[in-house]
Amino acid sequence: MTVILDRVSVRQRGVTWLDDINLELADGMTTLIGPMTAGKTTLMRVVAGLLTPDSGRVLVAGEDVTKISVRKRSVAFVYQQFINYPALTVYENIASPLRLDPRFRRDGVDRRVREVAELMGIAALLDRRPSELSGGQQQRTAIARALARPVDVLLLDEPLANLDFKLREQLRADLKTMFAGSPGVVLYATADPNEALTFGAPTVVLGEGRVRQVGDVAAMYAHPPTLAVAATLSDPPLNLLPGVVRDGRIELPGMAGPDSRAAVLPAPGAPASGRAVLLGIRPHQVTIGRYTPGALELPAEIRLAEVTGSATFLHLLLDGGRHLVAHLPGTQLFTPGEATVAYVDPAHVFVFDEDGGRLLATGAAEVDLRG
Amino acid sequence: MSVAGGQVAGEVVTGEAPAEEEASRAPLKRRDNRAWWLVLPVVLSVAFTAVIPLMTVVNFSVQDVFSPVDRVFVGLEWFQSISRDPEVRAALVRTLLFSAQVLLLEIPLGVALAVVMPRRGAWVSVALVLVALPLLIPWNVVGTIWQIFARGDIGLGGWTINNVLGINFNYTLDPADAWITVLVMDVWHWTPLVALLAYAGLRSIPEPYFQAAQIDAASAWATFRHIQLPRLRGVLTIAILLRFMDSFMIYTEPFVVTGGGPGNATSFLSILLSKIAVGQFDVGPAAAFSLLYFLIVQVFCYVFFTVLTRSGR
Repeated sequence: MTVILDRVSVRQRGVTWLDDINLELADGMTTLIGPMTAGKTTLMRVVAGLLTPDSGRVLVAGEDVTKISVRKRSVAFVYQQFINYPALTVYENIASPLRLDPRFRRDGVDRRVREVAELMGIAALLDRRPSELSGGQQQRTAIARALARPVDVLLLDEPLANLDFKLREQLRADLKTMFAGSPGVVLYATADPNEALTFGAPTVVLGEGRVRQVGDVAAMYAHPPTLAVAATLSDPPLNLLPGVVRDGRIELPGMAGPDSRAAVLPAPGAPASGRAVLLGIRPHQVTIGRYTPGALELPAEIRLAEVTGSATFLHLLLDGGRHLVAHLPGTQLFTPGEATVAYVDPAHVFVFDEDGGRLLATGAAEVDLRG
Repeated sequence: MSVAGGQVAGEVVTGEAPAEEEASRAPLKRRDNRAWWLVLPVVLSVAFTAVIPLMTVVNFSVQDVFSPVDRVFVGLEWFQSISRDPEVRAALVRTLLFSAQVLLLEIPLGVALAVVMPRRGAWVSVALVLVALPLLIPWNVVGTIWQIFARGDIGLGGWTINNVLGINFNYTLDPADAWITVLVMDVWHWTPLVALLAYAGLRSIPEPYFQAAQIDAASAWATFRHIQLPRLRGVLTIAILLRFMDSFMIYTEPFVVTGGGPGNATSFLSILLSKIAVGQFDVGPAAAFSLLYFLIVQVFCYVFFTVLTRSGR
């Protein structure tokens, strides 16, 4: 079973939600990641058949289903909100998609409901109504509803986004094992890079209604082809510092002192082209007060330290007026207002073309800006 | 709940939490009664708007008043005579029957109207204005409109029934015709209120519910039964309470159209009450009547509210 989106576009009231999407979704799980308003929900709705695209075709197992009503398709959908029938019990909620399916006769429905409830860990709650359940249990019910009937396409639209941290972790682990052997196409939308990386499934990066990149999520994380992909896959957000190529080095304007190593990043082999670049630095690659030879030195003033227990997020104001966030392990205490130096290994700096956001190099040592 | 009766639903629901909070904090604080000053304005305004007028009624209900200086305490005599009065009993049955018919017609009709009203697009505002129109007309004007509309000689509606449908219809002579006229008038006037409340309730249902129903290939009826109706519980409770109270106390429209007639056919409790209080100036019986009337409304609202909020939980 494959789902193919062939040049799919969706426009509503002058806004382009999906712009010429070409995708092939294979059997098994695919992760769809993108920021808010990237078009994830629109794409899911097109695949489900809840929305007819303005142009393009949707093919399921080679058959064009673009114009076929969702009622006649074999799909299931799990929403970010916990959508269950409010007046029905958990049992009836799970059973409702099975009632109209000829594959399940009377006792077949009962067996399947109990099986799926067992799988989702809600077997003890079958007589309750959704309003008597916690958020996590409600979402488990909604997922059970979606899993009950074997379908060609299972769509999950940020199903864990409205759950609290612990429930999310737990349910995410459950889902990963559940989808591992699942027949049919499973499309899982999320805005959370950790979720995409944890699933480790083939990933589609969506942004502004376009497919940014398709591929292995770990490889994309390590080597993001564009700034948009790097930003989508970075949590906490990627630090960005503007720089200019000059005399074979990248200078960070406002920070380059005449005899300082600070703010001067060697860019071997690069011409003095005056080309503008953006340096992308992941917060966990920043260290404080521990100089390693060859590291980029950034003098800064401490503005704010957020301690979460397992980590400390240090907000820095760099000399040039730029902000930098460092994600440091453990609980570390800092005094706001004090001066410090942030170090970054040049090997972990992404250099993006300021115009277009294309990745020029991973690690400053490889920078070649002649192009 | 006993204080508010059925009148203010919100108070009943939220009433418990602050009390609990207060109790948990109490040991931490020393006694401080200054908060009473904050409650005082409410107590005073309620005293002047509700309690004091009500107490004058209570005062009259236990006295026989011959003149402002000549009055006799009669105990519960007026209450006894009013509750045994066959005319009052007949009016009570009539009013209850009317309210029951109003609820049975207006609630399903209002919900049906709300379901078929457009959910989005340019027609939303057109539909809203059209539906809301009857609500904007003053009650006595509604009465006047229907008094003319239902007439067999010059009224469009009455004339059509008599001359086109060939049914003999005259609300000034036939008790059934008069009853139907008042009932249809109330349905015309107040179904829009139910429709607007239900429409607001339906609009608050997130789109994914309808999508989920589509994916399950649920029929329109199943979608209504399992998604829309359960989510209308709150607004329908309010609609039923409002329509019951209002129809049970209906006065202006039947007064204008039929004046309670023909005979006593449309003589509801309120019309009878005003006849005793204003027409005959029997202040004592009228006061006792008012209190009993008030009590019946309170009891019914309490029962409705309790049943509707508890069922299905």
